Amino acid sequence: MNPADIALLVELLKRRTGIALNPAKTHLIESRLTPVARQFGFRKADALLRDLLRHGREAMWRAATEALTTNDTWFFRDRAPFEQFRDAVLPVLALRRAATRKLRIWCCAVSTGQEVYSLAMLLQETPLLAEGWDIELIATDLNSQSIARAREGLYTSYEVQRGLGIRRLITYFNQEGDKWRIAGRLGRMIQFRTFNLLDDAGWVGTVDAVFCRNVLIYFEEPVKARVLDRLAGTLAEDGYLITGNAEMPDKVVPFFEALPGRRGLYAVTRPAFMLVSGTY
Amino acid sequence: MKHCMIVDDSRVIRRVASRILEDLSFETSEAESGQMALEACRHRMPDVILLDSHMPSMSYLEFLRTLRRQANGAHPVVVFCTTENDVGHINDALGAGANEYIMKPFDRESLQSKLAEIGMA
Repeated sequence: MNPADIALLVELLKRRTGIALNPAKTHLIESRLTPVARQFGFRKADALLRDLLRHGREAMWRAATEALTTNDTWFFRDRAPFEQFRDAVLPVLALRRAATRKLRIWCCAVSTGQEVYSLAMLLQETPLLAEGWDIELIATDLNSQSIARAREGLYTSYEVQRGLGIRRLITYFNQEGDKWRIAGRLGRMIQFRTFNLLDDAGWVGTVDAVFCRNVLIYFEEPVKARVLDRLAGTLAEDGYLITGNAEMPDKVVPFFEALPGRRGLYAVTRPAFMLVSGTY
Repeated sequence: MKHCMIVDDSRVIRRVASRILEDLSFETSEAESGQMALEACRHRMPDVILLDSHMPSMSYLEFLRTLRRQANGAHPVVVFCTTENDVGHINDALGAGANEYIMKPFDRESLQSKLAEIGMA
């Protein structure tokens, strides 16, 4: 593949999604674009890329963007953020929201759904639902194919055994042939939607916590700040942000304050009413 | 160093699993049948047992029930390895005393992830 074409692709992808791919990863780009090339009648990825850059057809751009931004994921990935949410965040939110008994949580880059279903399982294991709490999970991803898979909730044996213990498997899944389908009671907690984090998140409304894991690392600083602003804007003034463990190594993060002793857990630092969305 | 016993009638599988486990800083031992594994457990109980679900002479269910009745037999964490993607099969193993399962073929990543779930890696 032509390095100049790749450099242009990387730049245009960044404008569309904020995601900064490493142009040196030619092999990764080529392997991800090859199935898209075939889908559009090209034999090889470089032919697709030339056509894409010359004509810029939207359907092709969408398919290429989805192929280049799909991320690997698994159930209870990294474990600690889920345990931290259950042990440190949920008890505080349960106290603060005791009057309304209502919680809204946004998982903003769920890929094929494992993260949000893990969270739904964890919530099922607390007494909140049995006590009549109304818990709504909002699951979004840039990739519409990933969201369609997430919504379907059907996983292979390989996928369910990545991160998922045997008891959770038989409690929350039903076997369908050689695959496993997530139980309806989990799916009903979740609203799925394709969404680009660079777009206006006003439709999300106010949420109590945002899971934004393994996403921010793909953004350059100005884009990261813009996304963090958006996330802060959706959070209640006492809300929490959960990121990947090592995603924001700086102690000072715009709009958020790192909670001492808690990796990847932040409290929002400015009230939601002060935020002005769409200022960029 | 944690000790993991690999119980499988296939020598190749035992070698592959041993290599992965040794890379993960486990001490390993191998047994090619349920009887040999039980005999070895009488001398030295491992921390983890990786148990194949298809063994010729003694079934994995019989192995599990006998192990759990043995002195200190409640101690090892048993991960049973299966090619059967079947909830009935999984329930039988749990009922007989297995703690976790892993589907074959497994690789280093899936085995490491399973061992992490049970607090062993």
